[in-house]
Amino acid sequence: MGRYILKRLVSAVPVLLGITVIVFAIMAMIPGDPATAILGSYATPENVEKLNRDLGLDKPAVQRYFIWLWNMAQGDFGRSFSLNRPVLDEVLDRFGATLVLAGTAFVLCSVLGVAAGVVSAARQYGLADKAITFAVLLGISIPSFFLGMMMILIFAVELRWFPASGMWPIYGDRTVLVLMKHLAMPALALAVVATGVVARLSRSAMLEVLRQDYIRTARAKGVPERGVIWRHALRAAMVSILPVLGIQAGFVLSGAVYIEMVFQWPGVGRMLVDAILKRDILLVQGGVVLVAACYVMFNIVVDVAQSLLDPRIKT
Amino acid sequence: MSTLALLARNRLALAGLIVMGLVVVLALLTPVLPLPDPDVTNTGNRFVKPFSEGALLGTDHLGRDQLSRLMWGTRLSLAVGFAAAAIAAVLGAAVGIVAGYYGGRVDNLIMRGVDMLMAFPYILLALAIVAALGPGLLNALIAVAAVNIPFFARNIRGITVGIANKEFVDAARLAGMNDARIILGEVLPNVIPVIVIAMSTTVGWMILETAGLSFLGLGSQPPQADLGSMLGEARAALITSPHTSIVPGAMILVIVMAINLLGDGVRDALDPRLRSGALTRPMAATLVRREGPVPEPVGDDVLSLRDLQTQFHVKQRVYRAVGGVSLGVKPGECLGIIGESGSGKSVTALSVMGLVASPPGVITGGAVHYKGEDLVGAPYGRLRDLRGREVAYIFQDPLATLHPLYKVGDQLVEAIRVHHAISNKEARAKALSLLRDVRIPNPESRLDSFPHELSGGMRQRVGIAMALANDPEVIIADEPTTALDVTVQAQILSLLDTLRREKGLAIVFITHDFGVVAQLCDRVAVMYAGRIVEEGPTRALLEAPAHPYTSRLIACVPELGGGKRALHAIPGLPPAVDDLPPGCAFAPRCDKAQPACREGEIALETHGARKLRCLFPETELEGRA
Ligand code: SF4
Repeated sequence: MGRYILKRLVSAVPVLLGITVIVFAIMAMIPGDPATAILGSYATPENVEKLNRDLGLDKPAVQRYFIWLWNMAQGDFGRSFSLNRPVLDEVLDRFGATLVLAGTAFVLCSVLGVAAGVVSAARQYGLADKAITFAVLLGISIPSFFLGMMMILIFAVELRWFPASGMWPIYGDRTVLVLMKHLAMPALALAVVATGVVARLSRSAMLEVLRQDYIRTARAKGVPERGVIWRHALRAAMVSILPVLGIQAGFVLSGAVYIEMVFQWPGVGRMLVDAILKRDILLVQGGVVLVAACYVMFNIVVDVAQSLLDPRIKT
Repeated sequence: MSTLALLARNRLALAGLIVMGLVVVLALLTPVLPLPDPDVTNTGNRFVKPFSEGALLGTDHLGRDQLSRLMWGTRLSLAVGFAAAAIAAVLGAAVGIVAGYYGGRVDNLIMRGVDMLMAFPYILLALAIVAALGPGLLNALIAVAAVNIPFFARNIRGITVGIANKEFVDAARLAGMNDARIILGEVLPNVIPVIVIAMSTTVGWMILETAGLSFLGLGSQPPQADLGSMLGEARAALITSPHTSIVPGAMILVIVMAINLLGDGVRDALDPRLRSGALTRPMAATLVRREGPVPEPVGDDVLSLRDLQTQFHVKQRVYRAVGGVSLGVKPGECLGIIGESGSGKSVTALSVMGLVASPPGVITGGAVHYKGEDLVGAPYGRLRDLRGREVAYIFQDPLATLHPLYKVGDQLVEAIRVHHAISNKEARAKALSLLRDVRIPNPESRLDSFPHELSGGMRQRVGIAMALANDPEVIIADEPTTALDVTVQAQILSLLDTLRREKGLAIVFITHDFGVVAQLCDRVAVMYAGRIVEEGPTRALLEAPAHPYTSRLIACVPELGGGKRALHAIPGLPPAVDDLPPGCAFAPRCDKAQPACREGEIALETHGARKLRCLFPETELEGRA
């Protein structure tokens, strides 16, 4: 197992490099003089010259890429001009908030989605199946930012169950309970679409598995239907559900942008939007690379989980 | 059925189509409708409530007419969403077709890139593109289209690879057509359905994504507004004037939902696998819809089938898989049921414990008596209790019938603990002794093996051990040796024979091979087209078969226990059981058939220990009852 994890870690290296190439290529599309674009309204002649020197913007693209890569390897993601601090510091400061939000949403969408899919398949064409199918359709059709706004209207403004925004109260203790109160609505709003996707896939994966011969064997053994569904069928269906959970992790991680805007959540997503509007290119670049890298790493976890789940995978 | 007709039959898809059609028509008509200018501000008239005079949906924070802005915004959102979908589809299809058609290194290189792009969370990728190009609706459109290209490319490449290797493409190449003409003429028409499916499932996403970018302020810039930026601008006044948020938000919801409904309908209509309704889940027990009287138990058989009828109901058609079968087996006895595939022998066996997949299976008549108790009419709970405990099954291919993800030991332990409230440890000890009973070498270590780690013969031994787990009275073995080679087959058969003698088991043994029957069974019933055509003691039947079909089956056995070659030598095919001819079902393949054979029902008549359903038997049987 240890060797397998190592192997997957090694195989992530080209993917990570690929991500840097893509980000670099995208940033190379910036129209006009890059230094001026990066600096935006801070583009004084001195700044432009300094940046040209720092980033080697006068050099050819390939060389520039390697300089950038080398700098990042040393933990130097450049300096944000709008915030006047190192990009890495800013991103790391905000990353925790995004991870808490996206992580909670991920757990929610996995648990709720799989459960809904299983129930839906077990009661195919029944009332529960129809209700879930409709809820799923609604869930994957509603824009998460609109849903978040409606939740604020209903649960924060009308019912006053939850605070409308932020991660912590301005005054008061920072306890887990307080965090959970602030987290409930944004995490749910973020999870809804992914839950729908997971539920849909789980349902069809379960239907596929339930037709297999080994399910008939379980029934022939006299296993109660609950055991057939949750122990035999779900275990096998997880093999095809897990990769989709991996994709949904990327979805909640990046979809957090909208939710962070709606709920004033102090995460990387909001930072990215601000940075884009202020044309703080280096901040965008650093944030995108780090979030994408985090997603790649998470997918290694998914792969390892998959190999634990399915003994037929060679480790 | 045509695609359109299927689409129309799906009521939800139709609803989606109608809503979508309405929205599109309204969006197209917007410029000619008598609406106020959407961009004219009137700060004296801010946040007018909906349903007011002159402003049906109220006004926004700058006093602009909401209805007019909604219509223009919808128009813009739809246009941008569809444009993005079209761009992504065209470019993605081009990339996918090139990769799939040329294959080799081109394919490799392109797909590497595609995989790399897909390693990105796509909203993040879209943000990066907008960051580079700068905020603006056109740039948002480009970003959303770009991040969806890999999805199209991968899907369409898959289909193209399949098509590029087909004969007609080879033929076109040989005929000297150039690649461009082949791609446009042969490949493209075949991938269009896939492109349509992919578009119908993603256009909703793209509308959402562009709206999202606009919502963040990175898409359409004021005063121009699509639905997303309307929502984004309204957010500041969410609490004081919620209607300015609800109006555009609800519109996005309606549009995307209609598109998703329509998309599901399109996919169902174009995807042949779903069209056949193959994805239905079998229920916990076979459906029973018994018509006619329930036969009473007779005799001292431990298991007895009386006039059992099982059918498959597929759409309007009815397949009579089992058309009135009566059989019995005594303790310690082995009864063989033999027939070609499709003769109904497996369905007969599975009907006993309600294991025929339903839908489509339905038990429509007769009874199965276990020690005098009718199982067909038994409630599910009772059936489940008897399954594995009193009547156990051994199935054909143990690689498919053992759970692939659980250890052999755990599967055995489960079989025991389902019926006995004993500790895990005790059950494990019992599992170990079961593996010994079926002569598995190194049973301790085998407990921790997964099925795929065992050989075919070992797996089937595990299958047998599982059947024995609760010391059942009856074992139903459904072609347990068919997937095995001849030596292993002989070992398994002798194992079953020993177990039967040691434990006094009653065995029902389903096979298509008379060689196997000769080795194991005391009695044998021959099935054809869902019915028994001959039955009797194995030796008598083998020595003097009376039914022409039986004698053909015997003639087919290459050598005793010879395995799979059997039966191919019988000319003709077994009849489809949804369309049986009147009279003898074997008549079309029978040398001795006379007109009388095709006229009416031929009864299964008893002759001493034997039974026969034939007018002109090979051997005259004595003692007609
Ligand atoms: S009834 Fe007639 S057709 Fe049928 S098997 Fe006997 S001889 Fe052949």
